[in-house]
Amino acid sequence: MKPFTLKLRQEPPQRVDLSVLTPDRLAGLSPAQIEKIDIGVTKFSTKVGDIFEISPGDLKNLRYEGGSSRFDLIGAKLLPEFSIHVDGDVGAQLGRLAYGGRITVTGSAGAYAASGNLGAEIEISGDAGDFLAAPLAGELSGMAGGRVIIRGSVGSRAGDRLRRGVIVIEGSAAEDLGSRVIAGTIVVLGATQGRVGYLNKRGTLILAQCKDLGPTYLDCGAHHLTYIGLLGRSLESASANAARLLSRKLRRYGGDTSVYGKGEILTPLRG
Amino acid sequence: MPELVRNGVRIDDSFAEAFPMSGTGILITGPNVKWARQAAQTMTGFATSVIGCGCEAGIDYEVPPEETPDGRPGVRALLFAMSSKDAEKQLVNRLGQCVLTCPGSAVYSTVPGEFEIKVGDAVRQFGDKWQMSKVVEGRRYWRVPVMDGEFFCEGKVGLTKKSVGGGNLLVMGADWDSTMRATEAGVAAVQSVRDAIAPFPGGIVRSGSKVGSKYKGMGASTNDAYCPTLRGVTKSALDEDIGCVLEIVIDGLTDAAVSAAMRAGLKAIIDMGPEQGAKRIGAGNYGGKLGPFHYHLKELLP
Repeated sequence: MKPFTLKLRQEPPQRVDLSVLTPDRLAGLSPAQIEKIDIGVTKFSTKVGDIFEISPGDLKNLRYEGGSSRFDLIGAKLLPEFSIHVDGDVGAQLGRLAYGGRITVTGSAGAYAASGNLGAEIEISGDAGDFLAAPLAGELSGMAGGRVIIRGSVGSRAGDRLRRGVIVIEGSAAEDLGSRVIAGTIVVLGATQGRVGYLNKRGTLILAQCKDLGPTYLDCGAHHLTYIGLLGRSLESASANAARLLSRKLRRYGGDTSVYGKGEILTPLRG
Repeated sequence: MPELVRNGVRIDDSFAEAFPMSGTGILITGPNVKWARQAAQTMTGFATSVIGCGCEAGIDYEVPPEETPDGRPGVRALLFAMSSKDAEKQLVNRLGQCVLTCPGSAVYSTVPGEFEIKVGDAVRQFGDKWQMSKVVEGRRYWRVPVMDGEFFCEGKVGLTKKSVGGGNLLVMGADWDSTMRATEAGVAAVQSVRDAIAPFPGGIVRSGSKVGSKYKGMGASTNDAYCPTLRGVTKSALDEDIGCVLEIVIDGLTDAAVSAAMRAGLKAIIDMGPEQGAKRIGAGNYGGKLGPFHYHLKELLP
């Protein structure tokens, strides 16, 4: 059965909140009813019908033909077994608090992508903005489950307060990757900047490119860890380069000892 | 008794009587086959019968590296007990003493059961707060630092109450050598069936028991009807041409696994024929009133 498709008619005149357009929330609504849903975030009204041309289909698979950096909250609170595909860019908070399911974006994502993700598999072919998988202001923890794959690069503070789950960044990461990480795993294949793993409590950061980690990360020697082998095999189909990195012997730096200090940064041996 | 004969081997019109058990199993991986096998052997040692060992356990099959979660060679071990509580206690103890201690080992759940046993969630405390939890593809694992690196263990393993224990074959032959030849062929066939184990030494038990004893307080004693040295002086079940009896006891995760294992064992013993191997095959039961699972030999014949 063909997917339920939302074809872009025109660039929205304002940012739009697309959190309501998830399969479970659209179930039972006719195309006419869906077109009347207000998705604007200002006092001016913007309706689904103004922006999208709807072709009804299987609601389990939602497809956006054409994206925009003004599309906020796509796939928010997505439930397991549903999927959303976006041909184009998306705005902020992609997959915010998603419980499960799968979200794929062919373009780039704005800030707070995968924020508070609880179990969804999110793949972004382009770049992601600042605060990937991070909590919103005032929240105690960030992403708490699922898997996020970014083919491009990410902005600063990626993986902030990560609690559980796996983040793979194939490109580079801007400042303060993995700040305040509680637990979970982040793999970065590109370059990193600033204080990596600042105040990391129990998380695992795996960096393909070694750098000076500062005095609060302590060398624990090079090892073949069973967990890394298992993680590598689980990533084989999603990111072959990450899997290759994880098959190598990695040097373990324990830290951040300025806080709880049970976390680690793993990186290939120099030279 | 109307006798069935297959390839010259007499088959009793009898049945094996088996009981429901709680079954669980783990996949143990190691840096190489030797050490994966060592962990599994140690964990399934002293586990022949629930009566004295608390559980029955054995190695099910070996798993090549490409099929294990971490890409290392693995061995699947099964463990059966009379209650889920016993199974949990035995598995956690054996894991802590035999697998955690074994160099290079890691543990994964392989039995999709209705219930779960906390294993890693119990053993993790050995890590003295240095342990780390990791969730990969929805499954929780524990990394416990140990002297050769890390012990990696899944948090929970599955347990099923649909397991069956006590499938059996009584292999009867002219002497020890020929009976052993037939029984070893039977055990090899049983061990090739997945989800089933033969928990006794080398899969074979020579001291089959009957219910009750002449001594007070002993629940079971030697099965004199099948002891060849007592053939003339007791109410024997043995014919004149039988000089040795060996038994294969089978536990399986499912009813189907036990019957498949018995079928395979029967076929292997029958194929050998009465000259090289066994002259007669029987099965042990208690009259059919104690155990809900009955495996009739005539229904399992090749």
